[in-house]
Amino acid sequence: MADKLRAQQQLEALQSRFIGTGNADTTRFEWTSNIARDSIASYIGHPPMLQYMSIGLGQPKEKTRVQLIDRMIQPVGPPPPVCWVR
Amino acid sequence: MPEEHKLKEIHAETYGKSGIRRVVPGEYMAVDPKGRAVMLASLEKNKLVYILTRNGENVISISSPLEAHKPQTLVYYLLGLDVGYENPLFAALELDYSSCEVDPTGTAVQEVEKELVYYELDLGLNHIVRKWSEPVDRSANMLFRVPGGPNAPSGVLCCGEDTIAYRRIFNNASKVHRLAIPRREGPAEDPNRKRMIVAGTLYTLKGGQFFYLLQSDDGDVFKVTFDTQGGNVDRIKIKYFDTLPVAMSICILKAGFVFCACESGDRILYELESLGEETDDPEYDSTQFPVDPTKSFSAPFFKPRPLKNLVPVEVLPSMNPIMDMEVSNYAEEDAPQIYTVSGSGARSTFRTTRNALEVLDLVESPLPQQAVSVWTTKMLVTDEFDALIVLCMLASTLILKVGEDVTQAFNTGFLEDTTTLGVQQFGEDCIIQIHPRGIRHIRQLQFPNDDEAGTTQDLTDWHAPVHRTVVSYASNNRQLAIALSSGDILYFECDADGSLAKAEDEVSIGQNVTCIAIADVPEGYVRSRWMAVGTSDQMIRLYDLSPESDQFLQCVSVQQLTAVPSALTICQMKDNTQAGSSQYLHIGLRSGVYIRSVLEEYSGELADTRRRFLGPAAVKFAKVNAAGETAVVVMTSRPWLSYAHPHTSSFCTTPLHYIPFESAWNFEGAAIKGVICVTGNELRIFSFKDLTSNTVSQSIPLRYTPRKLVGFPENRVYYVVESDNNTIDAGTVESLKKKDGEDAAMKTEEGPEEDQLSPEQFGHPRANGLWASCIQIVDPVTEHAVIQTIELDKDQSAVSAALVPFESKNNEYFLAVGVANQLSFNPYRFKSASIRLYKVSDDGRKLELHHQTDTDDVPLALLAFKGKLLAGVGNNLSLYDCGKRALLRKAHTANCTPTRIIGLKTQGSRVIVSDQSQSITYVVHKELVHPNRLIPFADDTVPRWTTCAEMVDYDTVAGGDKFGNLWIVRCPAKVSEASEESTDGQHLLQDKSYLNGAPNRVDLVMHYFTNDIPVAMQKTSLLYGGEKVLFWAGLQGSLGAVIPFSSRREFKKFQQLELALRSSKEHKMISGRDHLAFRSYYTPVKGVIDGDLIETFLTLPRDEQQGIVASMAQTYTVENLEDSIWNMRALYAF
Repeated sequence: MADKLRAQQQLEALQSRFIGTGNADTTRFEWTSNIARDSIASYIGHPPMLQYMSIGLGQPKEKTRVQLIDRMIQPVGPPPPVCWVR
Repeated sequence: MPEEHKLKEIHAETYGKSGIRRVVPGEYMAVDPKGRAVMLASLEKNKLVYILTRNGENVISISSPLEAHKPQTLVYYLLGLDVGYENPLFAALELDYSSCEVDPTGTAVQEVEKELVYYELDLGLNHIVRKWSEPVDRSANMLFRVPGGPNAPSGVLCCGEDTIAYRRIFNNASKVHRLAIPRREGPAEDPNRKRMIVAGTLYTLKGGQFFYLLQSDDGDVFKVTFDTQGGNVDRIKIKYFDTLPVAMSICILKAGFVFCACESGDRILYELESLGEETDDPEYDSTQFPVDPTKSFSAPFFKPRPLKNLVPVEVLPSMNPIMDMEVSNYAEEDAPQIYTVSGSGARSTFRTTRNALEVLDLVESPLPQQAVSVWTTKMLVTDEFDALIVLCMLASTLILKVGEDVTQAFNTGFLEDTTTLGVQQFGEDCIIQIHPRGIRHIRQLQFPNDDEAGTTQDLTDWHAPVHRTVVSYASNNRQLAIALSSGDILYFECDADGSLAKAEDEVSIGQNVTCIAIADVPEGYVRSRWMAVGTSDQMIRLYDLSPESDQFLQCVSVQQLTAVPSALTICQMKDNTQAGSSQYLHIGLRSGVYIRSVLEEYSGELADTRRRFLGPAAVKFAKVNAAGETAVVVMTSRPWLSYAHPHTSSFCTTPLHYIPFESAWNFEGAAIKGVICVTGNELRIFSFKDLTSNTVSQSIPLRYTPRKLVGFPENRVYYVVESDNNTIDAGTVESLKKKDGEDAAMKTEEGPEEDQLSPEQFGHPRANGLWASCIQIVDPVTEHAVIQTIELDKDQSAVSAALVPFESKNNEYFLAVGVANQLSFNPYRFKSASIRLYKVSDDGRKLELHHQTDTDDVPLALLAFKGKLLAGVGNNLSLYDCGKRALLRKAHTANCTPTRIIGLKTQGSRVIVSDQSQSITYVVHKELVHPNRLIPFADDTVPRWTTCAEMVDYDTVAGGDKFGNLWIVRCPAKVSEASEESTDGQHLLQDKSYLNGAPNRVDLVMHYFTNDIPVAMQKTSLLYGGEKVLFWAGLQGSLGAVIPFSSRREFKKFQQLELALRSSKEHKMISGRDHLAFRSYYTPVKGVIDGDLIETFLTLPRDEQQGIVASMAQTYTVENLEDSIWNMRALYAF
């Protein structure tokens, strides 16, 4: 029993440390927003990719960068309504 | 400062090994201005602070990191504040999105606040605390430091949309000073469009004064100044400064220059003429604007004008971003040129890039008749400058004197009615002229009173033996060797009184001597030791010239060649050996091959031989001085320079960007230094500008961002389709201006004021969501200009183009252009789409609209295919023929690829279809059934976001993707055969689709991460007679070649070298990344060797090279490896 508790604690520590570590209860919303945020972060972090998008949009890189970070706030729309029914 | 000009690693601290990710700090870095601490932040959550401690002058050590993480928080910007010597303070623009994660109504997203957060590093406690925070404007995106310390305000400038606000820690709302960003005035400008700040810099003057140059997204630069009283800010002021291209970063140099690191195109260095105090542009101050940007205020305006405060002084050429590329030989030169379209917006250019050295033309003057050869000579050995130019005409010799200007000289003692073979300043004060009948020895040639007529003390002639003539010679200040037509070589040395003393021994070869070479006398010696002789039996023989040696005038080594040598020269050249230079023998062959070997100083052996074919003509040499180092001009069908690279000291041969010439010689005049050359009846002098770059490019300005480049080789023109998002098209601008002009005329009854804002500096007028687009015809060969521009209608954008000879129209050429109307990307939307067909005139220089066909999706890819037009329309593939009023669809495959077709390539009946996100699909065309069939039969297993693809052979495709990878995939042989079997493709249609794709899968052959997005790829040869390579162009301006290995042994050698370099401890990448992990960034690197890494071997010092060679499994020598690397480049690329 103690082992199980410890494993649980370790998992929780891991989850708080590394964003996106899933568990059995990860919802579709959590999973997809995590992926979308990861992707956007990658677009911003790799200069050629940010430039590629900026050229397509015809605007400065800084503007694209800010727009992309803004999209990270809620990348896949609002979360589904919480349902408390068991 | 050390001499090396190299970055040296002082300390490397690893904190993230998994690449550039959301939570790996490094996206932002802020440094305390006093250099005491560094803060690194990731886009989300993580922040690390490192304390830097200094021991002594140069030793900096980094502490273990302190963490300031905050989960579910996005960082927009990070800055180190100027707080003098108090505890280091960092400011971050943060946004906590945790409330949005649990709010299903979606209102929280509207309400979340962006905060300006201050982090204090307590140096005493070694602890980081979140000191204070205040909400700021939601659109805030950038911070600038405000100088701190005694009597300085400290704090930040927080910039956002339409906002520049001064804030400091612990302030209250009334202490915030806000400025709105001035907007452009003009008929085509939307007065309600808000600007944001994209770049800027702080500059501190002596005495504590400071100002900012901040750039808006239009490129307008504003000067922001502070009114302060003892550290309290009364107000801040903003004034229009000048308009520069949109920059990534602006830097003001202490010497009064402004460097603008432009986002696209050439980078520009400006000189600061004034600080913008004198200009009469309106100035706005913070008392005019409310602190809350949502409150109403009257928007500030200014009128853009040409540069007043800055003057451009130098341009750093940059191709970034390349949008499309083609290699072809439109100019009909020896080697093909690289044509690229690059840049964005109004700064777009069409560039022609050649592999050549830039030269500066100094003098160009006509000659009375055609000259064959040219020499320059000093008159005394101690002279600093060349005094005479000797020109050999067809049957005479012309002597020119170099003084204040160049004049013909008389009474020089030279034989003028004969051709000349050579001229040499000999001994102390003599000059010798070698001519076919013998040698003329001139003593003490002088020009008293700078007259044109000279005086000489003594003339001596040595006549060649009867029935023999002099055919070739070699000389230096103390030695002379002449070859006679009989195959004998006579050797002379300089006597004590400067006369010629013939050696008793002579060399008799019994072969026609074609060329001889003796090196210059090394400093401190009386003679140069080796003489090289080239003979018509395709041999080079080396003779010892040292009379003490028992081998005097005897052959010590021979080298067999592949053709008759036509020229030889020996010189001391810089290289990366320990001595810093070596003696090299350069051999030119009649076949146009150039050979360079090391001539061993003591043994006379030849070693480390490099060969390269330079052009289809016999090679001639001229020893010259290029950028302070000895180099050799190699003349064949075009001129080349053989030199040591100024930074790496590695051996290079590069063609000159100059006309071909017959003869050249080094020229050192008092006023000009360079190379003198003759071509026909012209005398020219040029010098070398820069030996570091081996490409030259010319550019032609384009109107909008180029999207596709289509060549028409027969007529040597290019068609470029261009489009710009968020831009107003020319037609609308015109009508807006007209309307404005009418309004103005009504009001003031005066003619409209003509404003001359060049788009190149100010950009096109912008409006959100609109498109501007055009088709331009570029002639890069004769006119070097755009010859026709067809502007498309409002809000249309050209997305693709192809030149199609329609079989049904007698193979007349048409330019098909895919056009989208009201295109937007996120979400992907368009109102309508069409393919426009333009009739191309016979000379290719005029386009005329033929007809337009609406399509049900955007045609992103077009291709001429079997006399028809193949179009990728959305994800459908259609084959069109040209009809009277529209295109007629002849074949159609719906849902050919999963997402969107963005590229088409073909060979025979096979079409390679690139999908936007799902790699490529192989499609076969079956034309013998009615209707024609286009059947996809193989696709890929990996979703590659393809940007470009090229067929390497019938089964193999090379391509690049948006993440910066290069890859090659191959269709299995059986599948490939099966696709060709039947004429109707019935069995292919019967094949079951496999996992929702085509029935078959392709295999991966090669994969490589380039760190730049390949945008175009072409299988082509880059050299005259060279083998084909895969040439690719990257978005950020890279041009690269993928070279095939032709032998297993070579491959093994390179593989081992790569492995050794990769694992070498001293030889690490400057970024500190692991090479294998870097090249395998997304997918493990496969089937390719990193040439960039391999070539760093050439730049290493000799002892490190030896260390690396020793660590390799098989035994190679440094020379052998250098030779292989050099050959790899020389035989395939440049």
